[in-house]
Amino acid sequence: MSNAVPDALGHYGPFGGRYVPETLMAACIELEEAYRRYKDDPEFLEELTYYRKQYVGRPTPLYFAERLTEYGGGAKIYLKREDLNHTGAHKINNALGQALLARRMGKKRIIAETGAGQHGVAAATVAALFGMECDVHMGEVDVARQELNVFRMRLLGARVIPTRSGSRTLKDATNEAIRDWVTNVETTHYVIGSAVGPHPYPMIVRDFQAVIGFETMSQIQEAEGRLPDAIVACVGGGSNAIGIFHPFVPFESVRLVGTEAGGMGLTSGKHGATMTGGGEVGVFHGAKTYLLQDAYGQVLEAHSISAGLDYPGVGPEHCYLRDTGRAEYVAVTDEEALQGMQLLSRTEGIIPALESSHAVYHGVRMAAEMEPDQIVIINLSGRGDKDMAEVARILGGEGA
Amino acid sequence: MTRIAERFADLRRRGEKGLIAYLAAGDPSLETTRKLVHTLAEAGVDMVELGLPFSDPLADGPVIQAASQRALAAGANTDNVLELVATLRADGLQIPLLIMTYYNLVLRPGVGNFCRRAAEAGVDGLILPDVPMEEGDEIQAATREAGLDLIQFVAPTSPPDRIRRAAELARGFIYAVSSTGVTGVRDALPPKMTATVEAVKAVTDTPVAVGFGISRPEQVRQVTAVADAAIVGSAFVRHCGDDLPEHVLIERVRILAEELKAGTRPSLLGMG
Repeated sequence: MSNAVPDALGHYGPFGGRYVPETLMAACIELEEAYRRYKDDPEFLEELTYYRKQYVGRPTPLYFAERLTEYGGGAKIYLKREDLNHTGAHKINNALGQALLARRMGKKRIIAETGAGQHGVAAATVAALFGMECDVHMGEVDVARQELNVFRMRLLGARVIPTRSGSRTLKDATNEAIRDWVTNVETTHYVIGSAVGPHPYPMIVRDFQAVIGFETMSQIQEAEGRLPDAIVACVGGGSNAIGIFHPFVPFESVRLVGTEAGGMGLTSGKHGATMTGGGEVGVFHGAKTYLLQDAYGQVLEAHSISAGLDYPGVGPEHCYLRDTGRAEYVAVTDEEALQGMQLLSRTEGIIPALESSHAVYHGVRMAAEMEPDQIVIINLSGRGDKDMAEVARILGGEGA
Repeated sequence: MTRIAERFADLRRRGEKGLIAYLAAGDPSLETTRKLVHTLAEAGVDMVELGLPFSDPLADGPVIQAASQRALAAGANTDNVLELVATLRADGLQIPLLIMTYYNLVLRPGVGNFCRRAAEAGVDGLILPDVPMEEGDEIQAATREAGLDLIQFVAPTSPPDRIRRAAELARGFIYAVSSTGVTGVRDALPPKMTATVEAVKAVTDTPVAVGFGISRPEQVRQVTAVADAAIVGSAFVRHCGDDLPEHVLIERVRILAEELKAGTRPSLLGMG
């Protein structure tokens, strides 16, 4: 299947592209060439498939959530269990692919940015697996609030470098990772964690995450003998969403729904809802995307209860899918996400990550309004263990 | 001929090389920046780059990042920085002024709109480190129409075909990045810097200015032995973060500018 996007220079309609300092252009081009060389190379694919199966634990189940379906009282709800991956989230799909690519490119050091620490842990994990040096940039604020993941990364042998500039969160950690890359570009591969950044990153991340969508497609065919009516996934940068959406894009009967972080509500100004909360087209972290920004173009700080959705930009392909009407996006607030988390925990015995809880909440709402012979698939992008301290603090003892 | 081209022509006639200074506009205040620009001009600096501060300056090292944050916190924005430029011109400032910033601040008000307003204020050129030539069609057209020079970059990692294309697009001067990395003071410049400059010189007569990492007179001398100008940013900017009384800050900047400018002139003793 040939892909309509991106074009040769990494554009998704008016979005995407490559807005990076000249020093990085050669590295972006080198990465793109390496990727094009290996993505259909049988040996590379064999290696990728081997580690996906034996190390990550793929394919992940597509689980029919019977009690959640009953609760919704409408469409059948299936959960794509990315929470069952090694390291607990979909992030490993991309980290593994990029590490294998970096190894073939002869890079001995990888770097990553991380917000909640999930991508940092995934990068540290594959670095340990392949004996690579790994430095993870993480905002000082996030280092303090995600202590456990910082410890996991260090245990895995990575160095965690706290970012002290700007808002000291994910966006600044990403700036710092780009600065590290521009300085050490000849020896270092930057494993970007979401479907953002300069071309070819949004394409590479999408393709490595598309394993979610391809598995889902054959699993739902096997279970139901047909395609689903809707797929729901949370969107920060948007890598889990683009991964599950991608193979379904040509099938117009399948509604693709992304849930952004509504934070404390769209009118509060404290949210991460880039496409649904008033973001305007801008250039950020190397790509043209919708962006939360002020009247001058200064980037605003996002807010979400889930660090993984706490990002003022969004992947360029999501901007394109939105503008072409192929996918739709909604905002789910912090409070609704907490309800989604509690609901799934109690009906199915599955504690979702706060990020994924945004998709759970909206997926159940949608299912309730659909017919019993229809099918909704929710991408359960990660598990909630990492969020327990934060959620306990918010809900108090009664939440449990 | 643009003001930038004229300045390089003057320098050539005098047998001198250029010194380009960078300041983060509005750090510590717009009024202080105004005085500092005049001070730089009096000290013999050939052109000034005014950094229009951006929230996420990914090509900048810690010194200019901190300066950008101070300037934003002190209220600098696109409107008042362009007003500062107009004020400097009304004061009679003659040297070329360039705005260095990131693309989002140009895109937000509209590329054409931004360029027109900048040119009207008295800006001569734009430096946008996050717009490579592949993404430059719109800004190329808008700067040409407004009469601004859009500065092209070359890096130590630029292959020959990119250097050639940058040279074809170049107006004003070509900004050669001394070494991989971000802006900021470095102890030593890599030997590859010379090769980068020579590769550019081999394909164009457009002046070449080297920036990133230059802070001392001997580095200016080293750079201008091959290039047409040296660009110094962080070495000036770091004084602005020292919380100095304004007259002390101005004096320090004047002394540094004079010392650095001396490195661009032929030595009287025939050395260097």
